[in-house]
Amino acid sequence: MKLTFPHMGNTYITAKTLLDDLDVDYIIPPFNNKKALEIGTKYAPELACLPLKINIGNYIQAYEKGADTVLITGGCGPCRFGYYCEMHRAILKDAGYEMDILTLEMPNQGVKELYRRVKKLAGGFNAYKIIKALKNTAQISKSVDELERLTFQVRPREIKKGSTDKIYKIFLNKALKTNGSEALKKLIKATEDELREVEVDRNFKPLKVGIVGEIYTTIDPFSNFNIQSKLGNMGIEVNRRVTISEWVIDHIIKNALHLPRDRSHIEAAKPYLGTMIGGHAQETIGNTILHAKEGYDGIVQVYPLTCMPEIVAESILPTIEKDFDIPILTLIIDEMTGEAGYVTRIEAFVDLLRKRKERTEHGRDWLLSGN
Amino acid sequence: MGETGYYLGIDVGSVSTNLVIIDEEDKVLEKLYIRTSGQPINALRNGMKTLTNRLNTNNIHIKGVGTTGSGRQLASVILGADIVKNEITTHAVAAQKMVPGVKTILEIGGQDSKIIVLRNGVIYDFAMNTVCAAGTGSFLDRQASRLEIPIEEFGGYALRSTSPVRIAGRCAVFAESDMIHKQQTGHSTEDIINGLCEALVRNYLNNLAKSKEILEPIVFQGGVAANVGIVAAFERALGKKIVIPKYHDVMGAFGAALIAKEEMTRKNTKSNFYGFGTTENEYKAKSVECQDCSNMCEVIEISANSEVIARWGDRCGKWSELDGSSEQVG
Repeated sequence: MKLTFPHMGNTYITAKTLLDDLDVDYIIPPFNNKKALEIGTKYAPELACLPLKINIGNYIQAYEKGADTVLITGGCGPCRFGYYCEMHRAILKDAGYEMDILTLEMPNQGVKELYRRVKKLAGGFNAYKIIKALKNTAQISKSVDELERLTFQVRPREIKKGSTDKIYKIFLNKALKTNGSEALKKLIKATEDELREVEVDRNFKPLKVGIVGEIYTTIDPFSNFNIQSKLGNMGIEVNRRVTISEWVIDHIIKNALHLPRDRSHIEAAKPYLGTMIGGHAQETIGNTILHAKEGYDGIVQVYPLTCMPEIVAESILPTIEKDFDIPILTLIIDEMTGEAGYVTRIEAFVDLLRKRKERTEHGRDWLLSGN
Repeated sequence: MGETGYYLGIDVGSVSTNLVIIDEEDKVLEKLYIRTSGQPINALRNGMKTLTNRLNTNNIHIKGVGTTGSGRQLASVILGADIVKNEITTHAVAAQKMVPGVKTILEIGGQDSKIIVLRNGVIYDFAMNTVCAAGTGSFLDRQASRLEIPIEEFGGYALRSTSPVRIAGRCAVFAESDMIHKQQTGHSTEDIINGLCEALVRNYLNNLAKSKEILEPIVFQGGVAANVGIVAAFERALGKKIVIPKYHDVMGAFGAALIAKEEMTRKNTKSNFYGFGTTENEYKAKSVECQDCSNMCEVIEISANSEVIARWGDRCGKWSELDGSSEQVG
């Protein structure tokens, strides 16, 4: 059995840790790019969302390198994602790629079925080994997210533009070739040290923008045209509360073990969206409000075309925009999206945020001169 | 230096390439509206040539250049711009100059349409068409030529309409089918054109302007603002008065010139402008997919007289940092 798994930003580092520590043979598909999307668009239904299309492209590219089994996390989620593993299975079969699909989730058949799948994955059931691997995976995913968050802070403040991007890109490539959680931990630490040494302007106060929306397109830089790095290089500090570690730890581990989960976004979203309607709509609403309360200057919502939960969230956002007086830009992405128009909107949004800030900071002077 | 300075604003759009020269008092000295016809470099060359012929460019000291529009980067490389600004900001700046206190800007260009909401002199909110270009200038152009009516007279026909015809306006292709159907059932051209204008306005207000508060003063600009039929349809639909600024067709370029002036006055440096004769060079643009990593960036390379002058489009900076070197992409 040779496993593969879909890409989603830097998730491959987390997935790799788990498989390395379980001694499973696997192939990582080439990073997301136009080719993967092209392949996926060819085989997936047109109205399927962008993540599904890229996933299919990943599998086929991995298949060509020798992978025969796909590992994905599933959800009995009320968004289309819950249906993905079955869709993937059918699309790959129709396209003539014989691949097995292994879904890590809490199946309806209960723990016994999950046990069977993990046993199949790990080639046996060594409880000690599995628990240790899970612990390491959770740790790595957390520190990768912390590392990414550090880039969010360094990038807008760096003196030599492009330094952060360079260090982070080298890290992503090195991580691909670094095996085992111990070696990865060292690599992450070394990259963190390097980032902390980047020369920064300590007096610069960047504008702050929160990124909200559908999980895949917000986390995956290929899908969102590197929005985090784009904004960062324009001198904006970004933040994104929905992360892989939050997803792994909160959604998968805590859910499986029935542990209490972080509810701050649910509480914040309550007056506007009191119930879970699927996908990350409640996170989008809740996190927008949390960011607004933390004094962020703006919010960017990103989602793939036809994403139902985010369409609902989008229709609620104008009310939040008004109630909290925070500008919100929505960007919708599919395989037809042109980068030029996308950049125009981001630039104009940044101009808007800057002018608003100037205005509030100089508000008093303006009034005086107006009189 | 003491000598009076001028500022050049250039808007390279999908349908038209516009040039505006303003003086230190923000007065427009010259404005040009040229069809891009898919060849932005040619359009720029024609524009610069026309300016040279019309003005005594030897006596015109350009102190700053601003470019905007979808071809802003290309224009900046060819002419040596001091600022490169997105078209949303330039349009807003220009409208505020022409109509102080403007609260809403409706803008319909060749292939995009936008609405910009201003409050207290600051852009408060904006929207730009995303997945569909129905109801923009290109579509009107196409319908005018199909009906064999010059685009300049198109709006006038709408005003002469006597009975309303409802055209499906959500999609440009279906709107055309519907117009053909209405022609076959014997509706007059005037009524059909009026129906089309109303459909486009309906589409704009329902899609782009949904949930935006449209307060007066309202400015309507972009090439389509020259269409009196669309203007009348907007006024009927909104029940409010619409102002068409004097330079409605070149507002992007005007805004770019204003921003260039502001920036150059603040910085007090010399302009990068290469001069009016620069477009005489032989320019070539090509794009190559870089194969060095999985990003597969589309790198655009511009050369003048077979010497590479700029590259962009790469994420890692490998190509764009090689300024002016003779190494070729690919």
